[in-house]
Amino acid sequence: MSKILILAQHDGNSVNQGTSKALTAAQQIDGASIDLVIFADDVSEIAAKAAKLAGVNTVHAVTTTNENWKLAQGIAAKFAELASDYSHVFGPSATFGKDVMPCVAALLGQNQISDIMQVIDATTFKRPIYAGNAVITVKSNHDKIVATIRTASFKTGDMTSGSASIENHSIDNAQTDTKFVSLQTGNSERPDLQTASKVIAGGRGLGSEENFELMYNLADKIGAATGASRAAVDAGYCPNEMQVGQTGKIIAPDLYMSFGISGAIQHLTGIKDAGTIVAINKDGDAPIYEVADIGLVGDLFKIVPELMEKI
Amino acid sequence: MKILVAIKRVVDFNVRVQVKPDGSGVATDGVKMSINPFDEIAIEEALRIKEAGKADEVIVVTIGTNDAQQQLRTALAMGADRAILIESNSEIQSLKAATSLLMIAKKEQAGLVIMGKQAIDDDNNQTPQMLATLWNRPQATSVSKLEINGNSALATREVDAGLETIEINLPAVISTDLRLNEPRFVKLPDIMKAKRKPLDVMAIDETLAGFNDNELSIENYESPQPRQKGIMVENVDELVAQLKERGLV
Repeated sequence: MSKILILAQHDGNSVNQGTSKALTAAQQIDGASIDLVIFADDVSEIAAKAAKLAGVNTVHAVTTTNENWKLAQGIAAKFAELASDYSHVFGPSATFGKDVMPCVAALLGQNQISDIMQVIDATTFKRPIYAGNAVITVKSNHDKIVATIRTASFKTGDMTSGSASIENHSIDNAQTDTKFVSLQTGNSERPDLQTASKVIAGGRGLGSEENFELMYNLADKIGAATGASRAAVDAGYCPNEMQVGQTGKIIAPDLYMSFGISGAIQHLTGIKDAGTIVAINKDGDAPIYEVADIGLVGDLFKIVPELMEKI
Repeated sequence: MKILVAIKRVVDFNVRVQVKPDGSGVATDGVKMSINPFDEIAIEEALRIKEAGKADEVIVVTIGTNDAQQQLRTALAMGADRAILIESNSEIQSLKAATSLLMIAKKEQAGLVIMGKQAIDDDNNQTPQMLATLWNRPQATSVSKLEINGNSALATREVDAGLETIEINLPAVISTDLRLNEPRFVKLPDIMKAKRKPLDVMAIDETLAGFNDNELSIENYESPQPRQKGIMVENVDELVAQLKERGLV
């Protein structure tokens, strides 16, 4: 029988939906028994929230010190120790999981299966390579499977009605070679890009940081998160956490509206699980139209104000 | 301080790869090969640290077939001092790569190991973290700004929430993100000069004493499912009507 341990991702206040998506993937393995592990300096409150994820048996709540819970080197050893009783160790494929999970894999002497997009059976999975230009079926013949779960491929489950038991742990010899210094966030009131049901995204076609306001205004009008292409981030029109694509965020909103994005393959890989993709660009030959469900060719500086009025 | 930069020879980022009809792999015959773009950023960063007087030597290393000498020569032309090819004629997975690089990092007594956060072929994003773990040293992944201060470094990382800064003691492993720097172009005289720089070749087995690989088996390659063909609308009214009909606004 599969026994699965999932890394819970959180920001100190709430459990990230990516955790629930990793749980959804784990639940697709027949007869799996699933536990969570969560790390924090002040762990009891957040562990109680994690215990509400339906389908979890036990939450391992690990108390850390000096903000070590934010650092891969701060938690990997304890995580690997707890993982010794499990057949599978999963984490959401967000920046936190990407940072931590390979460390756990190395401590367990395994290669990691990165970005699982489909569960075939307990030991066989599909994952994208080459920016999503190919999909491989990977099988592990070993006693432990360490994997990250591509969150855009799995749905968020019930995060409120669970009643897992909580088991307390602590880290005795905290490492001191890595220190958390600061986190600078966009401090946005808008929905979170990774979990939003609607996303308004801008590209190089916006032309400047000032013009990017058009995206924020339209997003606010329809209650959407904002995203961007790499070109827009590189040009300084918007902050890095808005980047969508192979090396940025992989998202799957119900509605993705892109403005002035040509659609490099590296960008398209980040949006191809979206429900409806709308492309607005002045160049009708742009590759974004190959994946768009609804395309409109024209000047975004005319189209956006008109949309603001009519939507 | 010595900086070890690990690079990988990959299909050039402009090439749209095709899966072979029999599902045995992707077609790479005759396809343009390059240094993994994130690794090129790693080389550039190492060179800038050296140029700022904070490192004495930049050593570039790769694991691959003899053909990967081309990418090492490019790195030497960019300005790396010497190169090491760890020759392997079969594809290797991350844990083996990290184990092999660990042996080199220790042998060279590297103060920093820098490499791309992921290779754009397998998109694994594992080797730097595995190396740091096996080495029992700090890691800073997805770094967009790096400041070396004696025996420690301040690294700014691109994370989902924004920009995270951490302080790490050296030696350490850095994985690079896109906005760390813009790699320099190679000039012709530098290519000529690079031909005379030392390039050592060793067999991968020499770097893997006692290593027990738990390889994953790749059963099949396939093309991704295409999206259904969409529609074009003529104006904003039609667009809004479509969005309303689909219940999206």
